[in-house]
Amino acid sequence: MSSGITKTASGGPASTARLRGVAWYQHPRWSRLTAMVAIAVVLTMVTGEQGTDRDIFFALREDFTGPLPWIWLGLCLLVWTVREFWSEPIRKVRRASVAKSDPPVAWVRGQWRGDRRIRQLVLAALVAVAAFAPMGLERYWHQVLVDQIAIYVLLAIGLNVVIGWAGMLDLGFVAFFAIGAYSAAFWTGALPVDPPFELNNFLVIPVAVLTCLIAGLILGAPTLRLRGDYLAIVTLGFHEIVYITAKNVEDFTGGARGVSGVEHFSIDMGFSYEWKLDPLPYYWLLLGFIVLLVFLFMRLEHSRVGRAWTAIREDQVAAAATGVNTVRFKLMAFAIGASTSGIAGVAYASKVGYFNPENFPLLASVLVLAYVIFGGMGSIPGVLFGAAFLVWLPEVLRDYVDPRDRYMYLGALLVIMMIYRPQGVWPSKRRQRELKMATEGTVDGDATAAPAGGKVS
Amino acid sequence: MSLSEFWDFLVLGVVLGSLYAVIAIGYTLVYGVLQLLNFAHSEVFMFGGYGGLIALTAWSPVTSPSGFQSVAYVAVGMCAGAALGGIAAYGLEKVAYRPLRRRHAPRLVFLITAIGASFFLYNLAGKLFGRNAAPMPTMYENKKLFSVFGADINITQLLILISAVVMMIGLDYVVNRTKLGSGIRAVAQDPEVASLMGVDIDKVVSRTFVIGGLLGGAAGFLFGTNQQVFYTMGFLPGITAFAAAVLGGIGNVRGAMVGGMLLGIVENLTVGFWGDGWRYVGAFAVLVLVLMFRPTGILGERVGRTA
Repeated sequence: MSSGITKTASGGPASTARLRGVAWYQHPRWSRLTAMVAIAVVLTMVTGEQGTDRDIFFALREDFTGPLPWIWLGLCLLVWTVREFWSEPIRKVRRASVAKSDPPVAWVRGQWRGDRRIRQLVLAALVAVAAFAPMGLERYWHQVLVDQIAIYVLLAIGLNVVIGWAGMLDLGFVAFFAIGAYSAAFWTGALPVDPPFELNNFLVIPVAVLTCLIAGLILGAPTLRLRGDYLAIVTLGFHEIVYITAKNVEDFTGGARGVSGVEHFSIDMGFSYEWKLDPLPYYWLLLGFIVLLVFLFMRLEHSRVGRAWTAIREDQVAAAATGVNTVRFKLMAFAIGASTSGIAGVAYASKVGYFNPENFPLLASVLVLAYVIFGGMGSIPGVLFGAAFLVWLPEVLRDYVDPRDRYMYLGALLVIMMIYRPQGVWPSKRRQRELKMATEGTVDGDATAAPAGGKVS
Repeated sequence: MSLSEFWDFLVLGVVLGSLYAVIAIGYTLVYGVLQLLNFAHSEVFMFGGYGGLIALTAWSPVTSPSGFQSVAYVAVGMCAGAALGGIAAYGLEKVAYRPLRRRHAPRLVFLITAIGASFFLYNLAGKLFGRNAAPMPTMYENKKLFSVFGADINITQLLILISAVVMMIGLDYVVNRTKLGSGIRAVAQDPEVASLMGVDIDKVVSRTFVIGGLLGGAAGFLFGTNQQVFYTMGFLPGITAFAAAVLGGIGNVRGAMVGGMLLGIVENLTVGFWGDGWRYVGAFAVLVLVLMFRPTGILGERVGRTA
């Protein structure tokens, strides 16, 4: 019967609609028009006046009495008209351009895969560029590069192990960052309590890593048998507990006033060097950490451990049945992530010298997660890019929009990006395939699989 | 903490807990049908607060309202809050979730979209309505009504308690007794079979969001009446209600009510014993402890089964 309908309906969508008894006003184009009008309204509010709390209607009145809504409405209607009535020629052009642009990409990919030396050369060149390019920037950007971008990149690399490789949803990652920072403060004697002996900052790193490992094990051991969403809320609770404890135990952490006078990194072995207020040496130090960790993690990804994580992520039951000790490997991922976060914490505390619990808000944990997924879970280049780009973006937006609105744009970008490219900017190939399988219903995934009710026709 | 103070904090806890319970229902319903954490539900709650504030400011209540006027103000404020909450939730589902479902995106992506939407919405509200806290216009004279074991109960507290209980009973009725409710339960149990049986999944999902939004919006208005309305007001109650939904057993409507009530009480007793700085520690410690021994929450996960 259905074939009969399609045959008679060859006259186009209009006649199909008539056959199905759908009136002209029920055509999806009109709901798309409504959507465009709604978008125009939202854009007007986004780009409009700043409101005040003295007059709650001020911003709305100013926005909608001026020319702004008409400009946006015009633009949106233009987009709608083009999309509804000239979509075919545009599609043709796009198809042609895609076809043209493919060979060079394939050539680059082939070269990349084919020769190990080329890979090493390109990577070395990239590191060199990353090391020397910032020298031409202003001091403000040096600060941003160190205090934020490099630190968050480190955090994102660590979280990638937990979520991208082992498939565990961790919403309390920055808690370990805080623990690392407070360890640095403790062992360099900046906290109200005195350590048994003071350590050089470089020696604090293994101690902080150990502290974070233990904290990760304490949190992880009882909770890792929880499923994705439960793990998420427990880690979130852990973050809140660490944050509030740091804020309230004044005798130990200095409370909400914070910690000041954490020492800078220094070397004193035959020759001596001290990292001071200038951000660039810190940048190189952090870049060193990042390169080292990326190297280690890349080795780890394809090792026995990495393969065990993949197995757990793809199907925990099957992994356990084939002899993977799931609890051990999950704990391991959790602890490795936590210690990376701890390293970032030590570096941060040593760089800024002064910090307080407000530097480790819950939002930071959420943001790191967003960076990882934005970049493409499980893929190190993706994560590096995601973190660097999304930390850089609000800083650069400072010059173009009201600084208080920066995170509004970041949020909008996250939504749009996730709708049009859910796999992230630069996804790992394996991960991409898994997600595809999960969405087709082939595998039953972890916290990262497709939602059950999610199948819409 | 003396005994009378204990009762004081218990009353505060029950009042706050009933609000958490109402918000938690929004999380748990959405989890039931889509199995995803709607992180942006806290912004729906915030818009509920602003909805009430806008409606009452536009109407500009007189400074000392009479009894009938008070009732009208409260009703209008609550309806406006619920309406804006519902609209926000509807829009959220349309814009942030439906396109993803169409693409069969993985769950984590939903989480990130929700986080993005949450950032966008609360910063937008801050931009539109100013970034300082605003009190609700006076709707009634908030005086002490009666006391239970020496703990005073004022009109706002009673209002919150009664509205929350009414909303919870109403919701329980909707989920268990109406056609929409059986649609929601069917989708929660097995979306594919439900759609084979003629349930329009899109419609059910959309309406589930709206129901959650109505409740969240009304709760936002009540919260704003009790405290103040500000653009980040959704964050902490949202997180706590989210924890409450998980604590009660996510997907389980009655579990969300129990969880919310429990977390509200624990939170205020923590404040009573150790001071305001420790407010959220008790709640989260209880959450972690309960999940250790009952990994699927107090009443257990009952996605789909009789709510």
